[in-house]
Amino acid sequence: MTPKRKQKLFVILGLVSLTAIAVGLTLYALRSNINLFFSPVQIAQGDAPMERQIRAGGMVKEGSVSRDPESLDVEFTVTDYVDDVEVYYSGILPDLFREGQGVVVVGELQADGRLYADKVLARHDENYMPPEVAQALEEAGYSPADFQAKAAEVGKRLEQEGTPQASEY
Amino acid sequence: MFIKMIPEIGHFALVIALLMAVIQAVMPLAGAATRRPLWMAYGHPMATGQFFFVAIAYVCLTSSYMLDDFSVANVANNSNSLLPWYYKFSAVWGNHEGSVLLWSLMLAGWGYAASVFSGDLPRDMVARVQGIMGMVCVGFLLFILMTSNPFERLLPNMPQDGADLNPLLQDFGLVIHPPMLYMGYVGFSVVFAFAIAALLGGRLDAAWTRWARPWTNVAWAFLTVGIALGSWWAYYELGWGGWWFWDPVENASLLPWLTGTALVHSLAVTEKRGSFKSWTVLLAISTFSLSLMGTFLVRSGVLTSVHAFANDPSRGFFILMLLAITVTLSLLIFALRAPRVSHKVGFNWLSRDSLLLVNNIMLVIMTVTVLLGTVYPLILDSLGLGKISVGPPYFNALFVPLTVLMCMFMGLGPIARWKSMNASELWRKLWLSGAAALVLGGVMPLLYGGEWNVWVSLGIVSALWIVLPIVRDLFDKTRHASSFMAGLRRLSLAYWGMVLGHVGIAVTIVGVAVVSNYNIERNVRMSPGTTVEVAGYQFTMTELTNRRGPNFLADTSIIQVQRGDAGRSFVMRPEKRLYIATGMPMTQVALRPGLFRDLYVAMGEDLGDGSYAMRVQYKPFVRWLWLGGLLMAFGGILAIVDKRYRRAVSRKSSAKAASATPGASTSGSATSKEATV
Repeated sequence: MTPKRKQKLFVILGLVSLTAIAVGLTLYALRSNINLFFSPVQIAQGDAPMERQIRAGGMVKEGSVSRDPESLDVEFTVTDYVDDVEVYYSGILPDLFREGQGVVVVGELQADGRLYADKVLARHDENYMPPEVAQALEEAGYSPADFQAKAAEVGKRLEQEGTPQASEY
Repeated sequence: MFIKMIPEIGHFALVIALLMAVIQAVMPLAGAATRRPLWMAYGHPMATGQFFFVAIAYVCLTSSYMLDDFSVANVANNSNSLLPWYYKFSAVWGNHEGSVLLWSLMLAGWGYAASVFSGDLPRDMVARVQGIMGMVCVGFLLFILMTSNPFERLLPNMPQDGADLNPLLQDFGLVIHPPMLYMGYVGFSVVFAFAIAALLGGRLDAAWTRWARPWTNVAWAFLTVGIALGSWWAYYELGWGGWWFWDPVENASLLPWLTGTALVHSLAVTEKRGSFKSWTVLLAISTFSLSLMGTFLVRSGVLTSVHAFANDPSRGFFILMLLAITVTLSLLIFALRAPRVSHKVGFNWLSRDSLLLVNNIMLVIMTVTVLLGTVYPLILDSLGLGKISVGPPYFNALFVPLTVLMCMFMGLGPIARWKSMNASELWRKLWLSGAAALVLGGVMPLLYGGEWNVWVSLGIVSALWIVLPIVRDLFDKTRHASSFMAGLRRLSLAYWGMVLGHVGIAVTIVGVAVVSNYNIERNVRMSPGTTVEVAGYQFTMTELTNRRGPNFLADTSIIQVQRGDAGRSFVMRPEKRLYIATGMPMTQVALRPGLFRDLYVAMGEDLGDGSYAMRVQYKPFVRWLWLGGLLMAFGGILAIVDKRYRRAVSRKSSAKAASATPGASTSGSATSKEATV
């Protein structure tokens, strides 16, 4: 082997091993950091894993938000109008969080059936029901259109009730 | 009468610009292929005219905003008569149609600039650059006219008032962040055009690199500032105090930055040593393609975020096609032509060449990991394999170790010599810096509050390892000068640019390491009279009031802040705003910025009984993040005002004289031989 070829061989070997390390690290990191999405229907069916970080979404159920008077603990129910999931969270809720609106929570399901959220993301959707939730309903054998109509009806009504008038100031 | 026609004039100007772009895309390239100077000469006037007409269209849209012309759908959807004038001005790019128009304006502007400052480049090379810029312009102007016309009217049922600009975008950060970012994205189109022109012409020599380098640096500097501004905006506007979320949209801007950084370095090797040629070209192609991909991700509506204005599948499809055509065609040209420009230059393992090769490999690996994490959920979703999201832990797990590894090489790079160097010389120059970095990095976190943290230490060691060898090098380089200052003055601006760029990275690394680990955050329930202590500061809510802004109502808390018992006290006023037109609530944080710490107070939600949820944060060194970004960008700009580029300009006159001789028209074929020698 000429010195030039030897050098080329080393370059190629180096590149291959670096790539292998990178791919290995990447796959490992991907596998342990993927959050799957579940809707209330899927959670009620027992599809979602326990004590592992997941994302869940739906609409915040009307009248379900209850704040602890002393701390920042809050409980609310996420619904797709078929099944419900109770969510526990401690902290500040996002600006757009309202009853009747779409929401995505990230957290773990515990044995008591509640979802302990680390993060709550409010998501304003024109149809009120996040598309993933509608899709999950369809897969579970429901016709999503009825539930979407219901979500839009509740969402719009609560939105109008909740909007303060300029005269209040 | 004239005022009523403004939108139509704008629309018409866009059509004219498109026609000019078509001519610009065809004639100069055809002229370069058939060596007809007259055809090639079409390039400059067309680039000028196109810039002029796109600018007219842009001015027309801005006037419609300023004049509250709500018969224009774009204005009606994104502005409001109550909106302050400066936000009307920036609202133009706060929506899909307007931002694509801004994109096109900058594209035409860069095309015009490239055509004006083409200097002593051979005429056929300039013609090819203009032709390729023309092609990109055609793509974007077609995109506007076919899928996102900003001048669409709502007639005869025009609304009384506009729907208002998204409150998150009513902010100074938004006024400057998108233009900077777009300048960066679009700037890489010039580099891309240079690369393709070099492939088509079969010549890629030192003159080419000297011309491509300034354009790359400028685009890269703009992109750096744009990303830093975006991070700063997210920090104070989203109300969480986070500065990087690994959100797909942020990643979309980081990807071309990473390959762009690799490109800046590989161009250095190409200029100094004549090697890495095809690699440089490939990086230029990838950087522009990633810019286009960023546009696709942001504009297609496949992502949900503050940036995703448009949910029209035809737009996404159009950009995807544009991306596919760009990538396929440019890679095809690359495959066919790259062997002609490549050039073998040997170098030793221990040399600046090989260290820069390592730098490039690391940056490409980073790009691939970020790209994978960004598009993986999209691919799974489009294949129907489930809805997943890839969170920050993935990116941190890969990006942090890769960055640390790269810092280790970054310490060596500026010291090493081109071609080859012996290990003992490197060791002699570096052992002291290395030891000092290790000791200082290990001890410094202890001085800060006495709490040692391995990540902070690692960050500081990395940063010092980048900075100290450069300081040592400065002393070495000035040893023979009469005085230290005189020696510093003798160093070239390009060298100073490199120093600033590297120091900038070090400053950013310190910021990231410290704020990520020593950040203190407390979420508390506060009502008037409540006091909270965070990091030695007492935050007392003295009053809850409300006020009326130009287009919003606000609940304001007055927070009295005092350090210790004796310190000076000051007032912070976080607000919870309700924007009247949209009914959207918004958190306006109160900030007390400082070089070494920020105090950050945000109002959460109303808890009913006269108390509010509040988020109080102490963020040490957070400013260093963006300060580093600005230093890097400044370094990039400093490098291009270096003497050797000005020399290139002064040579322009002699080159012009040469091109007047008949022999110059065949320079394309003559120099292609020269490049392969």
